[in-house]
Amino acid sequence: MGMEKEIIDLYRTVATSLPEDVEKALEKAKSGEENPVSIEVLERILENVKKAREGSIPICQDTGIPIFYVKLPNDQNREDIINAIKNATKTATKDIPLRPNAVDTLTDNNIGNEPIIHFEESDKFGMNIMLKGGGSENVSAIYQLPDKRLDAGRDMEGVRKCILDAVFKAQGKGCPPYTIGVAMGGNIEQVASLSKKQLLRAIDDQNDNPKMRDFEEQTLEEINRLGIGPLGMGGKTTAIGVKIASSVRHPASFFVGISFGCWCMRRGKI
Amino acid sequence: MITLHTPLREDDILKLNVGDKVLLNGTIFTARDKAHLFLLEENFEKIRNGIIYHCGPIIKDNNVIASGPTTSGRMGMFTPGMIEKYGIKAIIGKGGMDASVLEAMKGKTVYLAAVGGAAVVYAKNSKVRNVYKQEFGMPEAIWELYVRDFPVIVAMDSKGNSIYENVREESMKNLEKLL
Repeated sequence: MGMEKEIIDLYRTVATSLPEDVEKALEKAKSGEENPVSIEVLERILENVKKAREGSIPICQDTGIPIFYVKLPNDQNREDIINAIKNATKTATKDIPLRPNAVDTLTDNNIGNEPIIHFEESDKFGMNIMLKGGGSENVSAIYQLPDKRLDAGRDMEGVRKCILDAVFKAQGKGCPPYTIGVAMGGNIEQVASLSKKQLLRAIDDQNDNPKMRDFEEQTLEEINRLGIGPLGMGGKTTAIGVKIASSVRHPASFFVGISFGCWCMRRGKI
Repeated sequence: MITLHTPLREDDILKLNVGDKVLLNGTIFTARDKAHLFLLEENFEKIRNGIIYHCGPIIKDNNVIASGPTTSGRMGMFTPGMIEKYGIKAIIGKGGMDASVLEAMKGKTVYLAAVGGAAVVYAKNSKVRNVYKQEFGMPEAIWELYVRDFPVIVAMDSKGNSIYENVREESMKNLEKLL
């Protein structure tokens, strides 16, 4: 029950209270905008963040798909954790409340909420959660290099082109300013999952690898030259962070996974 | 700031221009993917000449808890049909709609942008009046809401202007420079 209660509390915090680093980045974005519509949009966003936190109300009606990343020592029971997460999800759905967001694709019935749980072995227990909205999920993309249309080769320059193309295609549909997670290399399922996991990194988190750090900064700066802006209505801030990871790949394959987080990038941890 | 009350009249629509800020008062109906299919297949007279809100809210004990807009793009293929069948006067949503919808809106309909994710702001201005097709599930049901001073921005007007088309064209030029 202890774990279950902790997870319910985590759900409440994450659904109703935007991480501080994200809020700060949005405030900074507001002060940099010049056109009245993008200023109005960001003011509305920040007003909403404040009201949600004060009233303990979900920031967005799309409380997303709950995704858990659990670090588990060998001696701890996986089943116990799964049960605690599932029970906590049911209670949180009813009490906070979360929107029922799990539609059985076969029957088309909405059955409540179904968390996705990733485990990794670790010496120490840890749990991260992300509430991942559908709008930003729908604009996420996977590219395969080389890409003839983009004239993109199998290198970082090619990856850069994929990212810019994906943001252009997304326009305002996924609720910018975005946080963008990218993974290059791997198998197809690896880049999907590794790019999503990058969204757990704080906005001010810097890549350990200096080459990748520069790449992240350069890409962010270029995305913000597109002019898509908050909610796709024009402006200087289309993204507040780009986080990139790489993995090994099969010699024949070069995938680029691009996961979009909406401005309401809800994450937290125990 | 322009204040509008439902039912919207034709000249209310025709005088709106992209960029105008509007406070909306009166009755609106939420409708997403499944509701659009239903509305096109069957007759639902309550929505005639009305306002559609692309929204899947959180409702608890008949109170609106959170009710920001969902992505309008998904409803694009159904929208010209909805305008033709029901004479929809205004569509509220986020992310905008494409050129075929803009064309279908000419002389008849405006698209009002709500701020995606600003769900608490919109919920505070909304009350549940009724619900239809609840069997579709909470997000997909048609919720009849009564709203007061509901803040939106005209993002596509009835004269063929669209903020989203302008942004797309501009960002396309910028993209070409960067590639």
